[in-house]
Amino acid sequence: MSSTVLTPPHHYLNDGFGVKSWLLTRDHKRIALLYLCGVTFFFFIGGAMATVIRLELATPVGDLVSDETYNKLFTMHGVMMVFFFLIPAIPAVLGNFLVPIMIGAKDLAFPKLNLASWYIYMIGGLFTLYAIIAGGLDTGWTFYTPFSTVSSTSNVIPAALGIFITGFSSILTGLNFIVTIHRMRAPGMTWFRMPLFLWSTYATSLINVLGTPVIAITLLLVAAERIFHFGFFDPRVGGDPVLFQHLFWFYSHPAVYIMVLPAMGVVSELVAAGCRKPVFGYSFVAFSSLAIAVLGFLVWGHHLFVAGESVYSAMIFSILSFLVAIPSAVKVFNWTATMYKGSVSWETPMLYAYGFIGLFTIGGLTGLFVAAIGVDVHVTDTYFVIAHFHYIMVGGTIMGYLGGLHFWWPKISGRLYNEGLAKIAAGIVFIGFNLTFFPQFILGYLGMPRRYHAYPPEFQVLNVLSSAGASILAVGYLLPMAYLMWSLRYGKLAGSNPWGAVGLEWTTTSPPPTENFAETPVVTWDAYDYPERMETNVA
Amino acid sequence: MAGRVDALYFFLVGLAVFFALLIAGLIVFFAVRYHRQDSNATGTKVHGLIALEVAWTVIPFLITMVIFVWGSSVYFAMAHPPDETLNIYVVGKQWMWKFQHLDGQREINELHVPVGRPVKIIATSEDVIHDFFVPAFRVKADVLPGRYVSVWFQPTKPGRYHLFCAEYCGTRHSGMIGEIVVMDPNEYEAWLTGGAAEGSLASAGGKLFADLACNTCHRADAQGRGPVLDGLFGRQVALQGGGTVTADEAYIRESILTPSAKIVDGFQPIMPTFQGLVSEEQLLQLIEYVKSLKSQTEQPTARPNPPNGPAQNETTPVKK
Repeated sequence: MSSTVLTPPHHYLNDGFGVKSWLLTRDHKRIALLYLCGVTFFFFIGGAMATVIRLELATPVGDLVSDETYNKLFTMHGVMMVFFFLIPAIPAVLGNFLVPIMIGAKDLAFPKLNLASWYIYMIGGLFTLYAIIAGGLDTGWTFYTPFSTVSSTSNVIPAALGIFITGFSSILTGLNFIVTIHRMRAPGMTWFRMPLFLWSTYATSLINVLGTPVIAITLLLVAAERIFHFGFFDPRVGGDPVLFQHLFWFYSHPAVYIMVLPAMGVVSELVAAGCRKPVFGYSFVAFSSLAIAVLGFLVWGHHLFVAGESVYSAMIFSILSFLVAIPSAVKVFNWTATMYKGSVSWETPMLYAYGFIGLFTIGGLTGLFVAAIGVDVHVTDTYFVIAHFHYIMVGGTIMGYLGGLHFWWPKISGRLYNEGLAKIAAGIVFIGFNLTFFPQFILGYLGMPRRYHAYPPEFQVLNVLSSAGASILAVGYLLPMAYLMWSLRYGKLAGSNPWGAVGLEWTTTSPPPTENFAETPVVTWDAYDYPERMETNVA
Repeated sequence: MAGRVDALYFFLVGLAVFFALLIAGLIVFFAVRYHRQDSNATGTKVHGLIALEVAWTVIPFLITMVIFVWGSSVYFAMAHPPDETLNIYVVGKQWMWKFQHLDGQREINELHVPVGRPVKIIATSEDVIHDFFVPAFRVKADVLPGRYVSVWFQPTKPGRYHLFCAEYCGTRHSGMIGEIVVMDPNEYEAWLTGGAAEGSLASAGGKLFADLACNTCHRADAQGRGPVLDGLFGRQVALQGGGTVTADEAYIRESILTPSAKIVDGFQPIMPTFQGLVSEEQLLQLIEYVKSLKSQTEQPTARPNPPNGPAQNETTPVKK
């Protein structure tokens, strides 16, 4: 914006240049960038698999790849996207970068542990990648028993081990954030002055610390049953295959909130800055994050409505699932109300926020369908469910992630990207996403089961639409990759506060110095405390 | 049932469209109405309204409770078949559906049923978890190894309907499909008489019961070392160490495969396991045979006499 912006002479990016200065860094901002490389790598691997899946489904017969290959593709698409992209993306990249800066701290509480978390994540990810290259995994990302323990001949144990290892990274990062938020807030930064992104990061970290051990244990049990033939899940030796589903979803349902809560936090920031006013109902939005974290642990049984669950336990899980929808609805209403009498921006981050609210609303409303047991029986395990959770995870989490990346990119890199291209990309993502996933709601209602390599010909038209949408979506994901990279070298200098936003991260230079602030800030104002008018752009 | 599911489904569609349009409309309206005109402008602070927060917490809550009650009532009806149903057994295995009719007909990946009669499918799996899904009838149930699950439907129109396996079960999962052929009652009768060669399922079970020498202990005259099975099905059985169990399909299956799991009060745990000796289909035949053994008296429980004690309730010996 301002033409006299200068790069600060000392910042975290020019504080050491060699490979060692990156791979042995303890700076949370550099570790955030290491994670950015990691999650982007795994995202494009998962995306490549989705591309082949959508190409195969363009025709009803299974002709492009064999059924065995198809099963491995959707399995690894799920594993890569869930465990190595969606779960770490926002907390490990944006959270790592922002948590200390937003509370006015120099770094996280345990910088070495933070670096260790990245190495653990990468080792886990590469281990799972090895499992793919060495032959693949065909159990679905859900690892359902007894298929995964007695029937599958693919690389179950290496893949499970990779996920097991990566779990420690989630736990350690969660712990790091919890301790940092409790102990390292700058003077005056009370809990209720914290930006809402921190509330949602805090809630996410609680789920990470409490939930991840359960999936770790569950995967160990699967490995033990495969190797030693213990009868945990195999009914032929007295096990119960449904027990696995209870254990798996006890983590993996809260994991959905691990994915979407941080995105909700990002959107709160985007909406506040995009409207230049406080988020409507701050404390309701803050506490709704905690309510989601708590209630999210009590709804796992809604994945088992057709798995021989008793009528009464199904009813209990149904009512709890409706309850967890309420705090999400409260957030949507509050974000929308924030726009009332705002100074509403149409810049790229805000476009992603609009996109998020719209898609997340559809994802949430279709959640009511699957929480209503009588309807769930028909639509579960069909493309309806696929569409529903992609509206939450892709429409929610990835929109939030991309919005956040665009919003804080000037802070991270010190430079501005091409705003026109970025707006076009946001539009392409929105259109491509809806074209990909909306037809799948209809497919599911018509009865097309998920995980089908070939399908009856009457489903073809909707599948072709979905595949066409996926190719548009792919363009929308590749574009930001290109112009963000380009901006690193050729982008205009951003200045410390290109958006005219409040929040501690906008008071320091872009990029920030290694220690974040020249002096520890003292906070005497509430979050989103916008003045009557912004002063001319602060350079 | 399909109508009831669809009624709720389209109610939810209406609700979803309403709220999606409400939110989208407000966003577009606010984005245009309050679009930032001056790069230094800020928003007007609006103080949070408790009344508004309460309203948009309570109203969605009430709406979801309506859906909850409605959805549960539909589910309740799905879980409770009418008393008189046409029962058909199905065994899922990688990657096919094997049907057995009570009259003895067997089918693979195709099921013939008459129009207008409630049909109850009793399903189990030979290997991994499958799922019996007929989209046209809005029914779906995981078919679990080691357990019997049932789904019921009442076809209203003759025709051919998709049957899908809806739980991923391995390489040829998408090939584990079939058709439900709904026929006019006359045609169905003709089909029934055209196919059966082996006798009824219960009679096949009876033959197996004799072949496996089950009848040496489970004698109908109450003098055997095992409990009398006549009139057993559906009763409460008193167990050793207290407690009772309902003699349903699962109990009979367990008693054949893991006899020591539940010992009938007054008997010794001497029965050997038949695990590995009888297939899932043979188990179903045995179950159907036990179901066919009608009690000859008004005996309230299947509890037999203690082996040495005097007979308390003399049952009439029956020979099939």
